[in-house]
Amino acid sequence: MATPTKYSIWSLLRNAGSYHQNWQRVWRQPTPKDEYEVIVIGGGGHGLATAYYLATVHGITNVAVLEKGWLGGGNTGRNTTVVRSNYLYDESSGIYELSMKLWEGLSQELNYNVMFSQRGVIGLSHDRHGNDEQSRRGGAIHLNGIDSEILNVAQVRALVPIINTSPNIRYPLFGGMLQRRGGNARHDAVAWGYARGADARGVDILQETEVIGLMREGSRVVGVETSRGAIRAKRVGIVVAGHSGVLANMAGFRLPLESYPLQALVSEPIKPVLHTVIMSGKVHVYLSQSDKGELVIGASRDAHNSYSQRGSFHLIEEQLAALIELFPIFGRLRMMRQWGGIVDVCPDASPIIGKTPIEGLFINCGWGTGGFKATPGSGWVFAHTLATGEPHSINAPFSLKRFSSGYLIDEHGAAGVAH
Amino acid sequence: MKQQPYRLPTGGRIERNRPISFVYDGRPYDGFIGDTLASALLANGVRLVGRSFKYHRPRGVMTAGSNEPNAIVQLETGAYAEPNTRATQVELYDGLTAASQNCWPSVGFDFGAWTSHFSDLFPAGFYYKTFMWPRSAWMRYEYFIRRMAGLGSSPRVPDPDRYEKMHTHCDVLVVGSGPAGLSAALAAGRAGARVILVDEQNEVGGSLLEETIAIGNDPAMSWANKVREELIALPETRVLLRSTAYGYYDHNLVMISQRVSDHLGLSERSTDIPRQILWKVRAKEVVLATGAHERPLIFPDNDRPGVMLASAARSYVNRYAVKPGSSAIFFTNNDSAYKAALDMHAAGMRVSGIIDVRSDISGSWAQSVRDAGIPIFENQVVVATHGKSGLKGVSVMKLNPSGDGVDGVTQRVHGDVLCMSGGWSPVVHLFSQSRGKLNFDVAKNCFVPGTPVQASITVGACNGSFLLSDCLREGFLAGTEAAKNAGFEAIVPDLPDVQEPELTEERAVWETPNRLPSGRGGKRFIDFQNDVTSRDVELAAREGYLSVEHLKRYTTLGMGTDQGKLSNVNGLAVFSRCTGHDIPALGVTTFRPPYTPVTFGVIGGRDVDHLFDPVRKTPMHEWHVSSGALFEDVGQWKRPHYYPQDGEDMAAAVKRECEAVGSTVGIADASTLGKLDLRGPDVKKLLNWVYTNAWNKLETDRCRYGLMLGENGMVFDDGVTTKLSDEHYLMSTTSGGAGHVHQWLEEWLQCEWLDMKVWVTNITTQYAVAQISGPRARDLLAELTSDIDVSPQAFPFMSMRCGTVAGISARVFRISFSGELSYEINVPANKGMALWRALMSCGQKYNITPYGTESMHVLRAEKGFIIVGEETDGTVTPMDLGMDWIVSKAKKNFLGKRSLSRSDIIKSDRKQLVGLLTDNPDYVLGVGAQIVSQINESPPMPMEGHVTSSYYGPRVGRSIAMALLSGGLKRQGETVTVWDRGNIVRAKVSSPVFYDRDGDRMNA
Ligand SMILES: Cc1cc2nc3c(=O)[nH]c(=O)nc-3n(C[C@H](O)[C@H](O)[C@H](O)COP(=O)(O)OP(=O)(O)OC[C@H]3O[C@@H](n4cnc5c(N)ncnc54)[C@H](O)[C@@H]3O)c2cc1C
Repeated sequence: MATPTKYSIWSLLRNAGSYHQNWQRVWRQPTPKDEYEVIVIGGGGHGLATAYYLATVHGITNVAVLEKGWLGGGNTGRNTTVVRSNYLYDESSGIYELSMKLWEGLSQELNYNVMFSQRGVIGLSHDRHGNDEQSRRGGAIHLNGIDSEILNVAQVRALVPIINTSPNIRYPLFGGMLQRRGGNARHDAVAWGYARGADARGVDILQETEVIGLMREGSRVVGVETSRGAIRAKRVGIVVAGHSGVLANMAGFRLPLESYPLQALVSEPIKPVLHTVIMSGKVHVYLSQSDKGELVIGASRDAHNSYSQRGSFHLIEEQLAALIELFPIFGRLRMMRQWGGIVDVCPDASPIIGKTPIEGLFINCGWGTGGFKATPGSGWVFAHTLATGEPHSINAPFSLKRFSSGYLIDEHGAAGVAH
Repeated sequence: MKQQPYRLPTGGRIERNRPISFVYDGRPYDGFIGDTLASALLANGVRLVGRSFKYHRPRGVMTAGSNEPNAIVQLETGAYAEPNTRATQVELYDGLTAASQNCWPSVGFDFGAWTSHFSDLFPAGFYYKTFMWPRSAWMRYEYFIRRMAGLGSSPRVPDPDRYEKMHTHCDVLVVGSGPAGLSAALAAGRAGARVILVDEQNEVGGSLLEETIAIGNDPAMSWANKVREELIALPETRVLLRSTAYGYYDHNLVMISQRVSDHLGLSERSTDIPRQILWKVRAKEVVLATGAHERPLIFPDNDRPGVMLASAARSYVNRYAVKPGSSAIFFTNNDSAYKAALDMHAAGMRVSGIIDVRSDISGSWAQSVRDAGIPIFENQVVVATHGKSGLKGVSVMKLNPSGDGVDGVTQRVHGDVLCMSGGWSPVVHLFSQSRGKLNFDVAKNCFVPGTPVQASITVGACNGSFLLSDCLREGFLAGTEAAKNAGFEAIVPDLPDVQEPELTEERAVWETPNRLPSGRGGKRFIDFQNDVTSRDVELAAREGYLSVEHLKRYTTLGMGTDQGKLSNVNGLAVFSRCTGHDIPALGVTTFRPPYTPVTFGVIGGRDVDHLFDPVRKTPMHEWHVSSGALFEDVGQWKRPHYYPQDGEDMAAAVKRECEAVGSTVGIADASTLGKLDLRGPDVKKLLNWVYTNAWNKLETDRCRYGLMLGENGMVFDDGVTTKLSDEHYLMSTTSGGAGHVHQWLEEWLQCEWLDMKVWVTNITTQYAVAQISGPRARDLLAELTSDIDVSPQAFPFMSMRCGTVAGISARVFRISFSGELSYEINVPANKGMALWRALMSCGQKYNITPYGTESMHVLRAEKGFIIVGEETDGTVTPMDLGMDWIVSKAKKNFLGKRSLSRSDIIKSDRKQLVGLLTDNPDYVLGVGAQIVSQINESPPMPMEGHVTSSYYGPRVGRSIAMALLSGGLKRQGETVTVWDRGNIVRAKVSSPVFYDRDGDRMNA
């Protein structure tokens, strides 16, 4: 395996001299082997991060990532890239803050600029109850050692002068909760960076390879059937987000989650006007401005279950009304592109990361509307789980068993507006 | 009237008798009604209209429509400012003001153009490879990247305009009013179908607007207007112009954005007419007649101002009577450039020649061109363009014998416009959005619609049929078929006679061969707006971004405001060369809505400002207003929060209100509480299922409190339900929960318990409710009723009586949320105000005191009553609330029961409801304060609970709080430490009931 060219301004300069003819491939296009030590199903951010940490942290490189389409083509490449770690419960703090710490060095770790921009995330409150709720969360987050600031209206206005702070609107602003370390990252780059890093260490990344069945011997999984033939493996990890239920079905067990469409949209690019991420649960919308200048806007998931990557237009109507309510100056801007993804939502709005009823088969799913931010941490703990056969203490609470024991980690409040 | 140097003396569809003036980049110009901003700028000789996104290259008008990548401007200023507006679609109005964008200080001298000199350093995706060192610097790099990026600027003041929505159905929706669309609409309309014909332009006609061929005996546009008139005269047919069908969703839902007043001068606009209308059309049949876009060719410096599509040049000459330059050069691989060349020649422009990659060119188009004396440079290509910020000429070379390179000497051809044609791409966006698959037609060199998946038919150029006669024929057939499918009898109209030359075959070239390999020499643009060149596409392929989606994302190809209308197919073609896969194997990227960008305002519609969310007011609302109440939002309701008197603050007002309730009588408006009327033989059964307690023994006219659990065993609503008769109950819910509980009941009744006979009606707003509470409440009630015996024996706690109160027939419930003797008087909503006034005037002698939600909360907290959503948050069981008594052990089952026995639910260290009494009785804890089990210098600190409600309790004379505390039920008397916004506070764990533990007052 050739070590890949290190990316830097110097390598750019050098390659400019040769008309950029000598750049190497970001990842190979290998042919599947007959057998791997570990197979990761799903080439989204979480699957690729899992493979990367298997190789780098655990030295397990005989790994394949199987992706039915193109890398990052699922929710990884469709999300609105809000990253933050200000969740309510200790268990959530553990995994999201692990992710945050990894985000903070990710571009350097991967030598791929994932453009993690800690521009701050503000959740807005529009009533007293909202303020109380934020006091509770803000306190808990702070006491968990994670940065969190409660803002009054004037402080919100100072950070976001264009927001509507008139007291005479339907739901006037009451305050906000800020995580300065939160922000955005470039979604595609996360998938590509992990893929490049994993590939360089010998992981086979197999695109256009759909898993269509699981091979079992007794109570053990021994491999997968794919659109390109059978591939054996000692351990298999399922990381397929919206299609988790489909894969579980292939394996013969059920998951307590439902798949829904979640939509997002962007405006035409404009010069910088918004420097922080803004989220409102009550005036239901959230948004940020991308480095290209587009406003990236999201809101609710659809109410119906679906695997078709598109939602209902009335939700777009509602979210843009909410946007204009918060930012009346945006009324004349335009929606440039609109799309949807399929999110896998657990009853307690927290993920499942761990064992399945089948030996050797592990699952990482249920990230629902908010798993992009968890990509590094999720991959890290899942790699640990696949490597050792046991969950790490950080993901142990997120077991499938919690639904039968009742140890729910209810983060509905945190996910009040989907992101 | 100033000279418009490039305006032709005659012709065009502009209204020459309506001259108007406008300002561009601070300079005044003149034009005509009927112009677009782009045509008027060209008429005035303004060729440099913008700067590109990445390299800030000077750019000119490239197209004449919605596919424009370059001429995007900042329209108007202040409240009417609109960034990124396509000058090719802006209808000129008097007084229009526009400015170029993404350039500084001016479009002519743009500082940002320095990037162009370092462009070798900025290939596709360069930002993924750099800006990583030092780690902390990214935000600084990003600051500059962000400033360089973006195009126009957002308005800084609220949008003054109004937007509307229309919802409608039709039999046949025809999208596009070119020859194919018009004939389809005509055929369907004549059959009597309800037809809607939409077109994004201000006139019907589509390609006919610049067509010189006759249809039947009429000039093309006369035919088009006759069809339009016939359509308008039909009773069931509607023609929507300036209307873009931008999204094709499931079940034949097509979204259309209509621009109603954008073409009017600012002074002519008024709020009486909406600016735009969003049409949501559900059509039985859809006919897609969306035409085709011409493709550019890819060659070095193909972006110089003056390079434009041949079809656009033709449109400027024929439709707008504007010469796009003084002398034109054509560069083509197909016949359509010939048409344009002839029209320009006829308009008196110099045509320097047609450079055609094909050899042995024959056919009648070529013949006409030769007859006109225009030279044809067969088998040749443009290898360079000359000029600085405007085209002066091109260099051409011969193709080598194998056609993959160039040979011989370069020859210079002069001209200031280069009209290019790389063939045509059908506008398949809507078809693709409808989830139809596309096929690549090798003969026609383009993607054409495959089999439709919704009820739709594609016709005309959108279908790859580029001859006028074919368009008409397909349109008539499709209109007839669509009408038949929609249930009408229809006959195919007679096809008018059209004389048009046959087309000769096009030669598939995309990036034309050149002296230097791509990546060297002049940039060969594919996506003009995003500055994606063929070098970038090659790089993506070389680096292994091999899926078309990766290509798009890595290079940003097709992701500009034009959404790749000109670039997608060209990009694919180059990618195909680089990867060795043919185009069909590569596939296309998803066409995501909208077809062209749609204003946020029109999508939001009227649901903004005071209509953002309905305001719900109780029948007594005006009384509260005139009594100086301050309101708070509770769900959609406006509820009196408190009633300050003479400058009282909230604390003072609440203290006064609570004390009145404790000592005499208070009155509160409880109309917002949810009320569900339950009828049917199985109501009791339903109640037994949805509540945790047993309902079998409840007697008529008696009330019972219940907790409702989700399937996970967690409390989600509570309220009192009263038995009115054996088959008739009234359930009350929390104010915010009525809708949710109603849905919950209906979900079970409709989906799971189909045999249960229960009818649920939400009657929340049918009744007004006045709550009177306090030791004198009975006296007050007694004075106002003659037919209800209010004695404690006759009307005990938790019962209901019907009768008249203040002459109004009422249901009176003796229930209490305040802990005092209390009645809730329900009367028909329209009698609410009368009841309230009667109570107020009769209550005067008791100093009756209105109280708001704040006092309500304080009173109930003193009494230890929970509020769902305060003491519970979706993770709390009845046991956690210390309310085991309400969970029936005897009942076999109820919703949530099974979950309550799970191992983690029965653990003793769960968070449980307690009271907290701070050591300092005047210190009121903050709601949300955390109880910590250990104090550290700095976080982290382990938490074991949090404060759910906290007040100063006037009746108990000290601060009180409720909290959820780990293992709290067994920790009474313990002292805990609370972290309250940074303060460390000590508090003793107590019972959450602080007032009248035995309930004597309430039961009195
Ligand atoms: C519109 C939208 C906005 C969002 N916004 C945010 C946000 O702002 N912040 C945030 O943190 N999160 C957000 N999310 C959620 C976030 O995108 C996801 O939680 C996260 O990206 C999931 O990553 P993943 O790798 O698990 O899944 P994915 O990226 O979906 O990857 C799963 C992969 O599995 C593949 N696959 C499926 N079935 C098979 C099979 N049988 N064989 C092989 N491969 C298969 C799929 O093709 C896919 O590539 C958003 C989601 C959406 C849809």
